Amino acid sequence: MNSLIIAGMLLVLLGLAYQSGWSRSRGLATTAGVKVHSRPQYHGSYVAIWAMLPALVVLGLWGWFGEGITTNYITGQIPADTLSGLDPVALDATVARIRSLATGYGVAGDVQPFEQAAADALRSFQFITFVVVTVLAAVAGIAALLYARSRITARLRARNAVESVINVALIACSAVAILTTVGIVASLLTEAIHFFSFVNPIEFFFGTVWNPSFSSTDTGAHGQYGLLPLLAGTLMITIIAMLVAVPVGLMAAIYLSQYAHPRLRAVAKPIIEVLAGIPTIVFGFFALVTVGPFLRDFGNLVGLDIKATSALTAGVVMGIMIIPFVSSLSDDILNQVPRTLRDGAYGLGATKSETIRNVLLPAALPGIVGAFLLAVSRAVGETMIVVLAAGNSPVLRGNPFEPVATITVSIVNQLTGDSDFAGPQSLVAFALGLTLFIITLCLNIFALYIVRRFREQYE
Amino acid sequence: MTATVSNTHLSSIERTKLIRASLTRRNLSEKIFRGLGLAAVVLALGFVALLFIDVGRKGIPAFTQSNLHLSVNFDPAIIGVEPAPVQAAGQSDADFQAANLKWQRDVAMLNWNKVIEASLRTMVPAGVEITSKDLLTIAETDARHEVRERFVADPSLLGQTVDIDVLASANAANWIKGNIDRSLPDSQQQLSAPARAVIDTMVANGKISNGFSWSIFTNVDSRSAPASAGLLGAFVGTLYMMLIVIVLAVPIGVASAIYLEEFAPKSKLTDFIEVNINNLAAVPSIVFGLLGAAAFINYMHLPISAPIVGGLVLTLMTLPTIIIATRGALLGVSPALRQAALGMGASKTQMVFHHVLPVTFPSILTATILGVAHALGETAPLLLIGMKAFVASVPVTPFDQATALPVQIYLWQGNENRNFFEPRTAAAIIVLLMVMICLNGVAIYLRSRLEKRA
Repeated sequence: MNSLIIAGMLLVLLGLAYQSGWSRSRGLATTAGVKVHSRPQYHGSYVAIWAMLPALVVLGLWGWFGEGITTNYITGQIPADTLSGLDPVALDATVARIRSLATGYGVAGDVQPFEQAAADALRSFQFITFVVVTVLAAVAGIAALLYARSRITARLRARNAVESVINVALIACSAVAILTTVGIVASLLTEAIHFFSFVNPIEFFFGTVWNPSFSSTDTGAHGQYGLLPLLAGTLMITIIAMLVAVPVGLMAAIYLSQYAHPRLRAVAKPIIEVLAGIPTIVFGFFALVTVGPFLRDFGNLVGLDIKATSALTAGVVMGIMIIPFVSSLSDDILNQVPRTLRDGAYGLGATKSETIRNVLLPAALPGIVGAFLLAVSRAVGETMIVVLAAGNSPVLRGNPFEPVATITVSIVNQLTGDSDFAGPQSLVAFALGLTLFIITLCLNIFALYIVRRFREQYE
Repeated sequence: MTATVSNTHLSSIERTKLIRASLTRRNLSEKIFRGLGLAAVVLALGFVALLFIDVGRKGIPAFTQSNLHLSVNFDPAIIGVEPAPVQAAGQSDADFQAANLKWQRDVAMLNWNKVIEASLRTMVPAGVEITSKDLLTIAETDARHEVRERFVADPSLLGQTVDIDVLASANAANWIKGNIDRSLPDSQQQLSAPARAVIDTMVANGKISNGFSWSIFTNVDSRSAPASAGLLGAFVGTLYMMLIVIVLAVPIGVASAIYLEEFAPKSKLTDFIEVNINNLAAVPSIVFGLLGAAAFINYMHLPISAPIVGGLVLTLMTLPTIIIATRGALLGVSPALRQAALGMGASKTQMVFHHVLPVTFPSILTATILGVAHALGETAPLLLIGMKAFVASVPVTPFDQATALPVQIYLWQGNENRNFFEPRTAAAIIVLLMVMICLNGVAIYLRSRLEKRA
C-alpha cells in the first residue's frame, strides 16, 4: 500500500516535470527569431531528471537509515526498567514482537501492556514518518522541478545534459555483467575459504575419499571431503560424452556442409539444433527411464554388467545433448576455410573426402579444437543429466558401467537449499563450485583464444 | 593420391595405369566417408525423433485420468449432523454466525470417507469380501473433500442421493491403465486382490471412465493425493520468474550491448568487459545457483524458494546471451544508416536510439525469446536456492514459496510411486516442451514478419 502511494507520487511528479519542461520549451520556440538549442522533449526530460533525483535521494536515505531510526524509536518506547533487564538477543525479540503487533498481525503468547503501548506508539510513528518522508520527497522534487524549469532558456544545452545522463545509465547497465563475475568470484571465494578453515585444502584437492557424514553432531567429526573421486567421475562422463558427440557432431557437420543437398541441409540442421534447446532435465528423464534400462538389457545380452544408472548412461545422453553444439560450431568453422584451398585440392584430382580429410580438416583443426574444448566445458558443468542418471556413487573406480558422482551432483546434494551455511557439509558446495568455475573458465578462455586466432587467420 | 604418383621416373602411361588401379579403392573410401557422414546425420536426427517419441509415448496417456462415478447418499444416519442453522427471527447476527461456524466445524470434522465407502460398497460384486480400508484405496484421498464441498455448498442435500465424480486413486489408475503388470503376485501389487476385483467390476459396469485430466493444469502439487497432483503452482512460479527475467534482463542487456558496441571507447577496460561477458555466457548454470544461494539468500536475506530469487538468478544467467545477440545485431546495421543520421545533425544518442535500434528490433526480440526459453528450462540453479521444496499452493506474489515447471519435473521423477509418476512426469515434460515450442514459434513468426516489413 505504502509503496504504491510512493510510486504514484513519483509518477505524478515525473509527468508533471516532463510536461512543465516541455511546455516551457514550446513557449520559447513560438517567439519569433529565437532558435532553441534542444527540442522540447529534451527540455521535458531535463526537468524530469532534475525533479526525480532529489525525490529519489530523500526516499533512498530513508530506505537506508529508516530501519535503524525505527528500531531506536522502539527501544526508546520500552520502559527503562524493563530495558535494563533485557540482553541483546531478548531485546531483538522484543523489538520484533512490537513490530509484529504494530502490523496488526499479532504475536504468539501474552501481550504485555508495555508491548501494546509501544506498538500503538510505533504505529502512529510509522504513519507520521511515512507522511513526512513522502511529503519531503515531493517537496524536494517540486523545488528541483521549479529550479530546473527556471534554467530553461533558448541556449540551454538540454540535449547534451540528458544524453550524458543516458550515457551514465548505459554504463551502469554494462557494469552489471562485471558485477556478476565479481559476485560469483567473491561469493565462491569467501565461502570456499570459510570451508578451508574446517578442512585442509590439501585434504580436499588430493583426498581420495568422499564421505561428508551428515550425521555428525559433535563439531569434531566432519566427514571426509576428497575431491578426486568426483573429479574422476566428471572426467569419465565427459570422455564418454565426447566419444559420442565429437564423431557424430563432426561427421554430421561435414556431411551437411559439404555433401548434403541444400534442401536436406535446410531441414536437417534446424532439427538437430532442436536438441540444443531441450531442457537438460528432459535429457535426464530420458536417460533415467529409457537409455539406462536399455543399456542394462543390452549389457545382459552381451554378458556385461551395466548398471541402469551409470557413467555410461549419463555420458551417452550428455553426448547426445552436445551433438548440436559440436556440429553447429564445426559447421561455422568449416565454412570459414577459404574456398581457394578446396578448389586447389580438387584441381590436383583429389576426391571430395580426400580434400576434406587432407586439406579442410587440417586447416580447420584449431577451430575444431576450440569447439571441442567449449563442448568439454559444457559437459563438465552439466548437472541435471548426471543428477538423474549417473547413480551418485562417489567412489574412485575406473569402470564406466558402474555408478559415479560428479562435482555438479555433489554440489546439488550438499547444498540442499537451506540457508544454514555454518558447517562444512554445505560449505563444501562452494569449494566444489570454485573448482568447477576455475576448470570451465580455463577451458573457455583457452577455447575462445584458439577460435579467435583461427578466425583472424582467415579474415 | 598417395605414394603411387611419387615415382616420377615412370612413363605417363604406367602412371595413368597406377592411378586408374587406385581409383576403385579411392572411390570406395569416398563412399565410406560419405556414408559415415550420412549415418551421423541420420543418427542425430534419430536421437531427436527417439526423444520426442519416447516422451510422447510415455506422457500422453497421463493426460487422461480415471474417474469414479459414485452415487453418494448423504445418509443422515452416516453423516449424523443436524441441518444447517437458519437465522431465526430475533436471533442476533453474532449468535447466528457462531452457530453457523459451529456447524461448519462439525461438518469439517466428519468422517466423509464413510459416505464414500457406503457408495463404493454398493458396487462390490457378490462373493467379494473387502475391508473398508481396502475399499477406500480405490478412491483418491481427496475425494472426501470433494464430497464435503458439495454438502457445504448445498446443505439441503442431506438425505438425498447425488451423482458425484471423484478421482480414482493413483494405484487404482495404475491398475486400470495397465501401468502395473497385472500378472504380478499379490505381494507385489499395490492394491489388495478384492480391491482389484471391485475396480474391474466397476470398469465393466461403466462406473469408471477415463476423461481428459484437466486437473493437471488446474491443481497444485499434492503428496497425499497423488492422482490429483497438478502443475498450476509450478506454472505460476515459472511465469513469475519469466516476467522478472523479461523485465530485468532485456533492458539491462540491450543497454549494455548498446554501450559496449556504440559508445564505449576502445580500451583495456572494454576489452576486459567483452572477455568477461563471453566467459559468463559459458559459465555452468549451477555456478549461478551458488551465486544466488550465497548472495541473494545468505547475504541479502531474500526469501528462500521464492520466484524473486529464481528470477534474479536466471536474469544474470540470461544477460550474457542477450548482450551478445544484441551486439551482433547492432554490428550488422549498415554504416550508411548511421552516417545518414549523423549527417542530418542527429547526436550519437539520437542516431542509436532513433535509427539503429529500431532496425535491430527483430533480432533483439528473437534473441530475447530464445534466451527466455532457455531460462525456462533451467533446473540446476533453482535446486540450489531451495525451489525444490514441496509447495502445495499457488504463489500469490513473487516473494512466496513456489516451485517451477522443470523443478516440478525433477520432483515428480523422484516420487516413490513410479508406476504412476513416470507417465505424469512425461506429461509435465510435454507441457514444458509445448511452452518452449510455442515461444520458439512466436520468435520465428515475429522475426519473419518484422523482417519483411523492415
